[in-house]
Amino acid sequence: MNAPTYNFAYLDEQTKRMIRRAILKAIAIPGYQVPFASREMPMPYGWGTGGVQVTAAILGPKDVLKVIDQGSDDTTNAISIRKFFAKTAGVETTTSTDAATVIQTRHRIPEAPLRAGQVLVYQVPIPEPLRFLEPRETETRRMHALAEYGLMHVKLYEDIARFGHIATSYAYPVKVNARYVMDPSPTPKFDNPKMDNCPALQLFGAGREKRIYAIPPYTPVVSLDFEDHPFTRYKFDAPCALCGAEESYLDEIVTDDKGSRMFVCSDTDYCEGRQAAGHRGVESAAPHKEAANG
Amino acid sequence: MTVMLNVENARKTFTMHLQGGILLPVVQGVSFQVTAGECVVLSGPSGAGKSSILKMIFGNYRCDGGRISVRHQGEMIDVAGAEPRLVLNARRQTIGYVSQFLRAVPRVAALDVVAEPLLMAGVARDEARARAGALLGRLNIPERLWSLPPSTFSGGEQQRVNIARGFISELPILLLDEPTASLDAANRAVVVDLIAAKKQAGVAMIAIVHDDDIRAQIADRTVDVTTFAAAA
Amino acid sequence: MVEVTGASDQPLLVAEGLTKSYGRLAACRDVSFVLYPGEVLAIVGESGSGKSTLLQMLSAQLAPSGGRVSYRMRDGVLRDLAELGEAERRFLFRTDWGYVHQDPAQGLRMAVSAGANVGERLMAVGWNNYGRIRQTASSWLERVEIDVARIDDAPRTYSGGMRQRLQIARNLVTEPRLVFMDEPTGGLDVSVQARLLDLMRSLVNELGLAAIVVTHDLAVARLLSHRVMVMKEGRVIETGLTDQVLDDPREPYTQLLVSSILPA
Repeated sequence: MNAPTYNFAYLDEQTKRMIRRAILKAIAIPGYQVPFASREMPMPYGWGTGGVQVTAAILGPKDVLKVIDQGSDDTTNAISIRKFFAKTAGVETTTSTDAATVIQTRHRIPEAPLRAGQVLVYQVPIPEPLRFLEPRETETRRMHALAEYGLMHVKLYEDIARFGHIATSYAYPVKVNARYVMDPSPTPKFDNPKMDNCPALQLFGAGREKRIYAIPPYTPVVSLDFEDHPFTRYKFDAPCALCGAEESYLDEIVTDDKGSRMFVCSDTDYCEGRQAAGHRGVESAAPHKEAANG
Repeated sequence: MTVMLNVENARKTFTMHLQGGILLPVVQGVSFQVTAGECVVLSGPSGAGKSSILKMIFGNYRCDGGRISVRHQGEMIDVAGAEPRLVLNARRQTIGYVSQFLRAVPRVAALDVVAEPLLMAGVARDEARARAGALLGRLNIPERLWSLPPSTFSGGEQQRVNIARGFISELPILLLDEPTASLDAANRAVVVDLIAAKKQAGVAMIAIVHDDDIRAQIADRTVDVTTFAAAA
Repeated sequence: MVEVTGASDQPLLVAEGLTKSYGRLAACRDVSFVLYPGEVLAIVGESGSGKSTLLQMLSAQLAPSGGRVSYRMRDGVLRDLAELGEAERRFLFRTDWGYVHQDPAQGLRMAVSAGANVGERLMAVGWNNYGRIRQTASSWLERVEIDVARIDDAPRTYSGGMRQRLQIARNLVTEPRLVFMDEPTGGLDVSVQARLLDLMRSLVNELGLAAIVVTHDLAVARLLSHRVMVMKEGRVIETGLTDQVLDDPREPYTQLLVSSILPA
């Protein structure tokens, strides 16, 4: 039985061109949300249809693809997308950040520094950072056009008034190239500094909302804050229980039904790489607490 | 003598549109002058148009003919034809109106009600309040009331607050609309003294008073309003 | 104390021949007037008289079918509002102008705290210090007689009168020179109205604000305004000093309006 044949990377060439034009425009106007004719994909919205279309449009036969979901290479979603492109494009896939040329991600930026020539593709559920306070699309577009961003600080103000500090810990708004305010997708704010002046190209695809935006390599990306409440990345109280890493983003893992927990790197490739290099953690649960990293 | 006010042939008629447009002539041919330091009393029975004339001078009623010239900032301006903002300016700097009724501003302390004209004229707050207090004391308003809004006062007290507010200013022209009505003898005497002091200071005054005794004490001249009676 | 009118001979806002037609229906016809700094103008008339249409044209929210509105910008230059770019117009709207809606829900963000409601304009013009923004918001809440302890509560938990006072604070925080008010006391209890009017009166005096107040309530006009314009069927039928128009109304319609109010 012959397997069905797909066009390279599933999408037809006209569609890929359309998406590439949107990507080029997005790169030309860093942080600006470019509308595009998002297609139906063979997966439900919320599973990364925007990211998959962007990946499909940029993938070439020689690319090496890595897909992560919350930092992990081995969740159902990550594996499915990797298999999808292995099947429809026949490209090589990997779990190694270093070996990959294209990395599609949901909600994390790898711990290992990215390099020039790599492309990071984000899956984005809600691309509009102003949506929290302004429900009208016509109005948010006008606000972007006129760079009226006072409203973003209203949100941060509310955080401080309510919690004593800026409690927004993911989808933390950034200003790209000193012009557009952008939602970095629901990545933890821990990852925000990695976006700044990054050597890799960062592309964002929102399938349901039909928007693509981009941060070209080496673009300044600044997290919004107040003078007297500056942006802080948080630091975990204890290192990774498996590899002992002190500067990585940790996930909480419940280990039994008595409430025992352990904290391990969310970036599985990074963690495995460190363990292979001989680093060890204590395998004991550390309390998860946020503290300003002064 | 400096002429402060010159009314020439002023005329007022009300048109009552709601009563089928009937014309209600009030006064016509109103002509008189008031010089600095002089108190002119308008006389005539109720309904003769005395209050209307005061209101025309103040710009509160419109004038249907003639001129009402007021010396404002060294120049004669015609209130009957002036722009609203010039009239407002004249009210702030030239013409004061002491009526029988206080248009009380809710929730403002009596002391501040009285001090306000001075503040508007640029006097420092402390000094304005001190002078307001002195005047209220003179008009026998007990100090315990100074911090309360006059809307809570008795009618006589309200009127005295209003008199204080009218007399505290340093305006060169004052219109006095029955300033002593319903005051007791002691307070009437205070008002007579205040008027005498204003004359000394060169203030031109036009007054309506019904009390013959008071009129005799303050009037330099009387203008009989019945001579301006409009033909019905 | 700020000199109220007459301080400046330079008009702040000039309306010339303002007309708005919807097909054959003329909502507003040939309205002209000049507003000076610190002057409060009331526009009175019944529903449908064109006063709200006029207010929208004056505040550059509605393009006139004919005529124009000019405004003296902070740099002293009188500019035709129709020639301003959208960015300039919007900037004017959140700095040098205020707009008080009849329904506070239209002028406030009901789901964010009072402090953020007041602070928004400051943040919009680049204030970036939380402590200073909050302090300024607190002092404005005090000025409009809202308990500072309520600073972190959203206006949806406020009474109608408090909401309206909050809306005023939100507008005045950038020290605008001109405030538009559309029936600012409408829908409030009489006792609440009195307090609000008193507050607006003193703020307008202290800040030397110019204001254009649309109201069908002559008591509001009397208490707040220096001048009044009476509108009927899209036209200005009578205009003058407020106490003059209200105490000595000339036009039949104005006499009817004045005679319709109950004595205070």
